[in-house]
Amino acid sequence: MRHEIRFSGFGGQGIILSAVILGRAAAIYDEKYAVQTQVYGPEARGGASMSAVVIDDEPVLYPEVTRPDIYVIMSQEGFLKYGARAPEDAMMILDDGLVQDRPRCRHYPIPATYEAKFTLNRVIVANIVMLGALVATTRIVSREAIEKAVLDSVPKGTEDLNMRALKLGFDLGTRSMQDETA
Amino acid sequence: MTRLEFWQGNIACAEGALAAGCRFFGGYPITPSTEVAEHMARRLPKIGGVFVQMEDELASIASVIGASWTGTRSMTATSGPGFSLMMENIGYAIMTETPCVIVNVQRGGPSTGQPTRASQGDMMQCRFGSHGDSSIIAVSPASVQEMYELTAKAFNLADRYRVPTFVMADEIIAHMRERIEVPDTVEIVERRQLEKGALPFAAGEDGVPGFPTFGQGHGVHVTGLTHDERGYPSSTDPGVHDRLVRRLVGKVEEARHEMADYEVTNPDAEVVFVSYGSPARSVKQTVRDMDDERVGSLRLRVVWPFPDFALHEFKNARVFLVPELNLGQIAREAARHTAVPVVPIPELGGELHTPAQLAEIAEGYL
Repeated sequence: MRHEIRFSGFGGQGIILSAVILGRAAAIYDEKYAVQTQVYGPEARGGASMSAVVIDDEPVLYPEVTRPDIYVIMSQEGFLKYGARAPEDAMMILDDGLVQDRPRCRHYPIPATYEAKFTLNRVIVANIVMLGALVATTRIVSREAIEKAVLDSVPKGTEDLNMRALKLGFDLGTRSMQDETA
Repeated sequence: MTRLEFWQGNIACAEGALAAGCRFFGGYPITPSTEVAEHMARRLPKIGGVFVQMEDELASIASVIGASWTGTRSMTATSGPGFSLMMENIGYAIMTETPCVIVNVQRGGPSTGQPTRASQGDMMQCRFGSHGDSSIIAVSPASVQEMYELTAKAFNLADRYRVPTFVMADEIIAHMRERIEVPDTVEIVERRQLEKGALPFAAGEDGVPGFPTFGQGHGVHVTGLTHDERGYPSSTDPGVHDRLVRRLVGKVEEARHEMADYEVTNPDAEVVFVSYGSPARSVKQTVRDMDDERVGSLRLRVVWPFPDFALHEFKNARVFLVPELNLGQIAREAARHTAVPVVPIPELGGELHTPAQLAEIAEGYL
């Protein structure tokens, strides 16, 4: 089945890298097909940055995202530009502290930036926390695949920090789902 | 053995070039081709190659031509505005029969146009952009895998026929990331060397002279002026010019069967898409979704020289539909080789044709 995942936030959060890691996890470690694309150009500088991944069991031919079914949103501006019109049957993971609005679709607020800053003391891994929460809530790729893809993609010496960020994300995502059913 | 990577098209292009033995890159970075230059700048010095960032695109292609005469596989990468600046020296490379690979990651034009959006607007420029009668070779990748494979292949074609060979990519293929199976080795067809004592511009039956690599004692004269088989200028003799230009064109055009590289889907189809580059992905999806033997596809991996005979494989064709990211450049070429109606499906602005849009058009002809 074709899944279209859209990431948005502001420049510097690692929005592009998140999509590359997810695509890599799917295409290399879960043996699915994946295409990652991103917005280039002046509109991608400074303001809302956007990146997307298409994941499918069959080869991904048409590479563009037409109707995302999963959103990962890490800024209010990103929400307004890329998330506000999410269809009702989509689902969204949003950074609780940075996105004020809420979509009509099913959504999981994750305090990724807050936790990265105060639990891990490194705000820079907030995107990895979000990836952990994404995988916990959607199972879009396996936990093993995302771990390997993160390790492939982060600078040497930061592996442990990033693995802790990913695990924190899993836990936050799992808790968020339990809260929903409670 | 292969290894799996999740690469951007431009990185695959650079790696394909390196695998093919490219050891010289002269270029001037320009969006959306910049990652090719960046990657070559990182990789070449570590494997005994040379990367030079030149002052502009005129100098870039000149450096590539010079490097090629030392026997080194050489390339540059650019986009629309830079490509325009290269035209004069591309003609010089054609006239001097200099093997080289020129990557054009096409973006919207004319002029500086849309630096970050895809286009296929330079398909005719690569064919006819330099003055005088000539022929060149152009390949068009439709995936990250093909950015690797067709770039590697371009070096073989350039060396085999001693002609500039173009990798006509586009921003979509160049910037997207997808899985690629990287082979351990790629096929390498070596440039045939000139025999000692032979005339440097005297060709055999295939129209391709042996290559007199600089530094091998050939003492060759290389000029953009019309030259005789010795390489000496002879710019007023009509016969010399006629023979030379006919050979330069003929060596490419007459080899179009052996160079042909295309995919046929549903050869009995009545409605046939003709595509190359990124729109071929939308076409493939459309043909798969429609699942109707009356709808077929011809996808070109080698666009120039144009494989006119491929159109005739579709005996039942009633119409050829040609989706392109331009106003119908290859559609016009197809139209001059067939009596079957050819309908261009232009898309400008940087977005791909959607499969739904193509299916609706195809339905209209069923």
